[in-house]
Amino acid sequence: MSDTGYSYRVVRGFAFSALFWLVIGLVVGLWIAFEMFNPALNLTPWLSFGRLRVVHTNGLGLGFGLAAIFATSYYILQRLTRIPLLFPRLAQAHLYLFNTVIALGALSLFAGMNTTKEYAELEWPLDICVVVFWVMFAINVFGTLIKRQEKQMYISLWYIISMTVAIAILYIVNNLEIPVTLFKSYSVYAGANDANVEWWYAHNIVGFIFTVPILAMFYYFLPKSTGLPIYSHRLSIVSFWALNFAYLWTGAHHLMLTPLPEWIQTVAIAFSIFLIAPSWGSVVNGYYTLQGNWDQMRTNYLTKFFIAGITFYGLQTLQGPLQGLRTLNAFFHYTDWVVGHVHMGTMGWVTMVISASFYYMIPRIINTELYSVKLANTHFWLILVGQFTWTITMWIAGIQQGAMWKATNPDGSLMYNFLDTVTSLYPYYKLRFAAGVIYFIGILVFAWNLIMTVRKEPSQSEA
Amino acid sequence: MGITSKPVVFAVLAAVVILIGTTVTVFIPLFMPSTQPVSASIKPYTAVEQEGRDIYMREGCNNCHTQTVRPLRTEVLRYGEYSKPEEFAYDRPFLWGSRRTGPDLNRVGGKYPDSWHYKHLDSPQSMFEKSNMPPYGWLAKNRLDTSYSFKKTSTLGYGYSESDVRQQIDQYRLTVTDKSYASKESRDKITPPELGKQLTEMDALIAYLQKLGRDVKKMEATK
Repeated sequence: MSDTGYSYRVVRGFAFSALFWLVIGLVVGLWIAFEMFNPALNLTPWLSFGRLRVVHTNGLGLGFGLAAIFATSYYILQRLTRIPLLFPRLAQAHLYLFNTVIALGALSLFAGMNTTKEYAELEWPLDICVVVFWVMFAINVFGTLIKRQEKQMYISLWYIISMTVAIAILYIVNNLEIPVTLFKSYSVYAGANDANVEWWYAHNIVGFIFTVPILAMFYYFLPKSTGLPIYSHRLSIVSFWALNFAYLWTGAHHLMLTPLPEWIQTVAIAFSIFLIAPSWGSVVNGYYTLQGNWDQMRTNYLTKFFIAGITFYGLQTLQGPLQGLRTLNAFFHYTDWVVGHVHMGTMGWVTMVISASFYYMIPRIINTELYSVKLANTHFWLILVGQFTWTITMWIAGIQQGAMWKATNPDGSLMYNFLDTVTSLYPYYKLRFAAGVIYFIGILVFAWNLIMTVRKEPSQSEA
Repeated sequence: MGITSKPVVFAVLAAVVILIGTTVTVFIPLFMPSTQPVSASIKPYTAVEQEGRDIYMREGCNNCHTQTVRPLRTEVLRYGEYSKPEEFAYDRPFLWGSRRTGPDLNRVGGKYPDSWHYKHLDSPQSMFEKSNMPPYGWLAKNRLDTSYSFKKTSTLGYGYSESDVRQQIDQYRLTVTDKSYASKESRDKITPPELGKQLTEMDALIAYLQKLGRDVKKMEATK
């Protein structure tokens, strides 16, 4: 506990939980990347691709992503309200329950207890536990906000509030299911409706876990790290409300040309295009914050992470709506292009911003300096090169496979059988694996740097 | 700015803003006929097919195989007639998927004989040397657990009685264990002798795969 009286133990607990699940999730990711060109790695049922892929997505989305969000949210909340968490022991219980649920979740997915709804694969008993830990989090957020000592709530707190509200709606509505046994349930929705609910959920869970709270970090830690105020408060207000309004309309761009009624698809396309505006509102706000101080890209190691991160966010939010357009979607959907798209967001934007936030936050909560800025720079370049190689490789693979699926002979018959279109991708899959290794080494450097920072914690912090 | 100093009001306002798009594009369509059309030609899964579907879900087959053929020329050429909303009326959950690492399966029913599936699931690489599909031969070594089959079909509202379910299971068992079963040789090759007279998880999975897209042909014929 530091002298400020803030509850930092739970922040630290969540931060290191995030690192733990990040490493586990990436090991699984590397394993399945290898299986894509070498199926001999499907050694047992537990290690077969179909089961492991959901361990990878849930381990990183729910394990790493949520833990990092809870760590930074608890930190930001206390700093911006100027009071300690209202219920520190509840937060500690939240940490234990969270890690238990993620561990049981991983085991249950390994064992094949899988509802198959993407990013909502956990079975119903674990769903209930997930709701419980979100409620525990929400009680602390709103309790602390109500008791706060700073009159105005800063931008980051808005994003934390809207995340909490949106996740509650999304998670509960999409996971409504009828239990058959303790380990098996069926969705209450059927067919096209189930698809519509699922992709409304899946799109927005990405929005409210991989965008909204990451923006909360960005708006808090960028000014803190650079010493520069956010360029425009008004722009952040407009971006915030427009983003929250428009996001929820766009899920059906994942269901283009499926049996879902066409008007829902078309509405989703329109709002996806609109969504470029509020997304770029934050991008512009980030860039202009550095106006006149761009030398910080060289002098301040944290600035690089934030600016590279927001750049990937900007690219991501342009690429996403374009992929939603019907003609482009007909070409790209179901290919590796989309896999590349997702990973630019997660390996670029999300991880870059979380990395810098941790580098800023963790030394401060234990009153010390970062172990090594040099290692932080190494980490930056490794994950940048790893991510870029990874995503560009997948985009090319996606274009190639999309074109091969569509290619016809002069007589109108198909030029390639399906297997040809798969085997032609193996060189890309090998390169993707290599890129993943580079990225993973970068993440190990990150984890090592933070572990050493905590290790050299000065003895006075025990006081 | 007034609301930035009122967290509860702020949260309520955020919820309202979030619920507008949700209501229009998700909640209202739940009750519209266009999202849940039915056809008399589309029949629910039998108890065995449903067990097969549950195995398909357990193994995460949906991570690599889609079940929606889009109305695109080359796609219809490759897979068959494009998908119609009616055919998913009994799909809880839907299994449309999002990535085609393997081919779409919405029209796979009846495309190959059962023997093809026994061989292919046992070792995809024995048929397609460079395939990256995991082998699933071990499914033939697992006896099919039918203890919840009735509970499952009644939860799903298929309208079968307990004796219907038992009959469906017995009938399918007799079919695949009969001497005259057309795919007997390939089934026997991968099924351990002690399970030779019983239903395995592999049998159920193949029953499910053979159901995919079959009813829709009848539906199209009656149009």
